[in-house]
Amino acid sequence: MNWFYVLLPIAGVHVWWPGLLILGLGVGIIGGFFGMGGAWMVTPALNILGLPMAFAIGTDITHMAGKSLISTMRHAKFGNVDYKLALIMVFGTVGGLEIGARNIMWLERIGKIDLYVRGGYLVLLTGIAWLVFADVLKRRGKDRAARAAGRTVDHLTTGIEWYKTLQSIKIPPVVNFPRAGIRCSVWLPVAVAFFTGWLAGVLGIGGGLIRMPSLIYLVGCPTHVAVGTDLFEIAVSGLYGAATYSYKGRVELWAALIMLGGAAIGAQVGTVATKYVKGYGIRIFFGIAVVGCDISVLMKIMAAANPNLKSALDLAAAILVLSLVSLLSLFIVTKFAMGVREELALKREAVLVA
Amino acid sequence: MRNFISKSIGAGFVLIPWRLLAEPKASAIVIVGDSRHLTGLAAWWVNVYNESHVYFALLTIVTIPLTGAILGGLADLVMRRIGIDLRTRTLREN
Repeated sequence: MNWFYVLLPIAGVHVWWPGLLILGLGVGIIGGFFGMGGAWMVTPALNILGLPMAFAIGTDITHMAGKSLISTMRHAKFGNVDYKLALIMVFGTVGGLEIGARNIMWLERIGKIDLYVRGGYLVLLTGIAWLVFADVLKRRGKDRAARAAGRTVDHLTTGIEWYKTLQSIKIPPVVNFPRAGIRCSVWLPVAVAFFTGWLAGVLGIGGGLIRMPSLIYLVGCPTHVAVGTDLFEIAVSGLYGAATYSYKGRVELWAALIMLGGAAIGAQVGTVATKYVKGYGIRIFFGIAVVGCDISVLMKIMAAANPNLKSALDLAAAILVLSLVSLLSLFIVTKFAMGVREELALKREAVLVA
Repeated sequence: MRNFISKSIGAGFVLIPWRLLAEPKASAIVIVGDSRHLTGLAAWWVNVYNESHVYFALLTIVTIPLTGAILGGLADLVMRRIGIDLRTRTLREN
């Protein structure tokens, strides 16, 4: 079955290419739907498929640039991209990403890259999962309280409202972002972008996993605008990441192109599916994805610490990540199919009435 | 509260260990692609990598968005053929 394996000449490894294609497809669907590159799933998965960690990070960021461009083109047509906000954030992201990438080269040199990247993932994913579910519970509490008082809450109401405090800090210049419907100091999105960019560089992720919730909870964007704006940001910073990692010689373009083939279809399906799902629905499934990934990273850390259990735990982590990607993709594809069927039925009805 | 947050941000900037952000320059590990058993495009690509990382980086950042735009355009065509409205989204809420 040699034809199922492709030689990645720079890393010098043979990789099962259908795995790359399926990974691209799944992560394209999930990325387009949640507004992220999906590197938190792809980097460990590429590592499991056989790419050394530094190549897994560089290749992933490279494929992410192309995939996010596809999703952004689609989200822009739905009016989900706040270009002004995204362009301001690019400065912070690029600065943070470059420092993060330098830190990665240093970690590679001292031989601690796997340990630090996985440890960082674990802390980050746990924090984000807590944030998402605390927000959902708080929003439900507001719903219940309003119902008990005989009122209904506004559909734009959110659970966690840290952004209100942060927006009230008016360090000049203060800017309006009409598409996102917010007014805040320009330093707020720049600071958020710098921090998320640095984390992205260190952890080898596009930053969407951190930036999407940050845009919602810290900057105050509505969910759909956060998704679209974040994807634009990922496309730009991903391209910068691709340049810096390829210059440092840690990119396998063959692998990135194979993944992009699957991601082109997946990104369109995931993006169009956001038309048919409410904002809080997206947040809940985002939280579930983060919890699943968190558990898989924990398994990898435990495997590294327990050589006897290593093969079993590595296998379990791989199965968990692949199951997670499959289940979430299946959920999004189902929502997409149901939404499309409904939309086409309405169109047919309108034609019949006319 | 606002005063407290402003002071905290200021203190954070003062306390950031800048040396951690810009660590001293270190010699990076140099990887050389093995093109001895390769032919055609793969051999050419590995040679570009071995000879100049600048050209390698330039080719990468041109190839990726170009491929993305072409594949995205093709997927768009298919979606339009199905009859999906790719211009409007009526559902808007947090």
